[in-house]
Amino acid sequence: MNAAALAREDRYLGDLGPKLYVRLGGLGLGLIVVSLVLGFFVKDWDRFWRAYVVAYCFVVSICLGGLFFTILQHLTRAGWSVAIRRISEGLASNLRWLWILFIPIVWIVWTDSEGGLYHWTLGAAAMEEMGDAEGGLLAHKDAFLNPMFWTLRAALYFVIWFSLARYFVGNSIAQDGSGDPSITSRMQALAAPAMILYAFTQTFAAVDWLMSLEFAWYSTMFGVYFFAASCCGFGATMILLIYFLQRAGRVTESISIEHYHDMGKFLFAFGIVFWAYIAYSQYMLIWYANMPEETTWFMVRQLGSWKGLSLLLILGHFFIPFFFLLTRHTKRVKGVLAAAAAWMVAIHFIDMYWLVMPMVPVELVQSVDGDYAALVIAFQAPENAAYDLNWQLFDVTLLLGFAALMVAGTAFGLRSRSLVPEQDPRLAESLAFENY
Amino acid sequence: MNDGAGTTAVPAQSPRTIPSPSSVDESSEKLYGLLAEFETPAAIVSAAKKVNEAGYKWWDCCAPFPVHGLDKAMGIRPTILPWLVLGAGITGGIIGTVLQWFTNATNLEIWGGPIWVTGYAFLVSGKPFASVPTWIPVIFELTVLLSAIGAVVFLLLLNKLPQLYHPCFKNERFARVTDDRFFIIIEAKDPLFYRAKTQQLLTSLGATAVEEVQA
Repeated sequence: MNAAALAREDRYLGDLGPKLYVRLGGLGLGLIVVSLVLGFFVKDWDRFWRAYVVAYCFVVSICLGGLFFTILQHLTRAGWSVAIRRISEGLASNLRWLWILFIPIVWIVWTDSEGGLYHWTLGAAAMEEMGDAEGGLLAHKDAFLNPMFWTLRAALYFVIWFSLARYFVGNSIAQDGSGDPSITSRMQALAAPAMILYAFTQTFAAVDWLMSLEFAWYSTMFGVYFFAASCCGFGATMILLIYFLQRAGRVTESISIEHYHDMGKFLFAFGIVFWAYIAYSQYMLIWYANMPEETTWFMVRQLGSWKGLSLLLILGHFFIPFFFLLTRHTKRVKGVLAAAAAWMVAIHFIDMYWLVMPMVPVELVQSVDGDYAALVIAFQAPENAAYDLNWQLFDVTLLLGFAALMVAGTAFGLRSRSLVPEQDPRLAESLAFENY
Repeated sequence: MNDGAGTTAVPAQSPRTIPSPSSVDESSEKLYGLLAEFETPAAIVSAAKKVNEAGYKWWDCCAPFPVHGLDKAMGIRPTILPWLVLGAGITGGIIGTVLQWFTNATNLEIWGGPIWVTGYAFLVSGKPFASVPTWIPVIFELTVLLSAIGAVVFLLLLNKLPQLYHPCFKNERFARVTDDRFFIIIEAKDPLFYRAKTQQLLTSLGATAVEEVQA
């Protein structure tokens, strides 16, 4: 490390900041408006709100990953990560405003009388009146899955995330000015309870927002699955942000190839191997027990084009990146690691899409009485074509819009701040850090 | 010893030591090499770089803790250990797959003298005989098991461990290698080793002491 070059490096977004948050913010809002217009043309609002949930969960999972990473570094008193921690704090700071984009989903939950997005919003009584077989099941879950409690829970998650992001990001920035090492001790002391709060809210949010899309189905691993996926999205986004910041001439010295290497290991361990471990464990238990109310969820993901998407996840989320990033050499070339990270961000989006989108009616699955071959044939009938994978343009515009808003929000959170925690007592350790 | 797997794995060359005042006396002991003591990690890194540049092959560094940049300064080649571990892991994965396929999905019989084994395809809860999802835990565990055992065994083999005795142990100064001193040992069998010249080199590199070690 060259001390003179380190002293000269640009640690501030400077004029890049307003460019990013004004232009990307405008672009993001514009793309969401375009998506709404596209929604008017497609006229399938249930489909539109599904795409909205996909894009929202994609962004919120990445920002939650940023919060998790920030707390984790304090919890473990990590030295290596100090030089890059500010970037993850920037991502976590988005949790201070992401609740605004959640309001439309709350509005749908309260106004959707058809139960098009969250089927349980119909209510057990209405479903039983309609002769819906799942009505009786919902009656057992009514106390938990009703709009009021659901909204209160969501409000609680956002209050906790807001407070955690504010505390850990705010204190880190306050330390830049004061240089008070006791701030670090305070954040370390709070990291353990914060991690427990994070784990609970993250798990319940995944259950509320994603798993309850099909309320009859349940998996006790779903919260962990969402956590593993969010680590994948976060690790890959973090690598890309650092890569492009350095391409733009910022923090070129303090963030070294050693930090890339370790972020590569984080992505490899949490986002690829741990994700596959959890995804497989979830699948294997359900497949082995073979309980009809559990297997339908995986069954519909093996129909038509969904089968191809499932296989793509197995190959593209595990096998290919696993062997690609297994060696240290690919993790230690910035461009190569950034390319792998771009792939992982894309596959993380497909993972979220795969969680939300396949909505084959339970009646169709049950009509074949557990005969998979008959179900495959029934699924090919023209009247069922709507349940197959059909990409809409607003899937992409909503994704890009939300992603642009996330980057804009990150840039806004880091505006006129140093991109490195200047006065952190362990900064020197991080700058001198080397892998073996 | 420091992780000097690369330095010692050089093809043996004929030792060529010229007689020097201390090694002329063949009746007593044979010279093993010269041991140089350094006081700081920075000193040993810069010294190791010079020794490497001088072209020595049979030498090593000893330190109480891993010193950043020492491997690079010594010019150690990247270890082949990861490839050996990969091979061990793939072997484990294949064993796990074949074992389960043979026992669960076939009725093959294998005779080997007094040993007779047979596959036993048995229907369990209506699953196919060749149920890949059920195989994965065993495949995974055997992959990890053989990788881990392979990593440890190959690590020891590449480092020529366990090694219960080393000539340096006789040196009193060398006891501090586990505490606060750093050592370079250049062996007498190195083709470039000349008693006086090597001592001069080590002294010029800032060694606080250079001592002979008898084999």
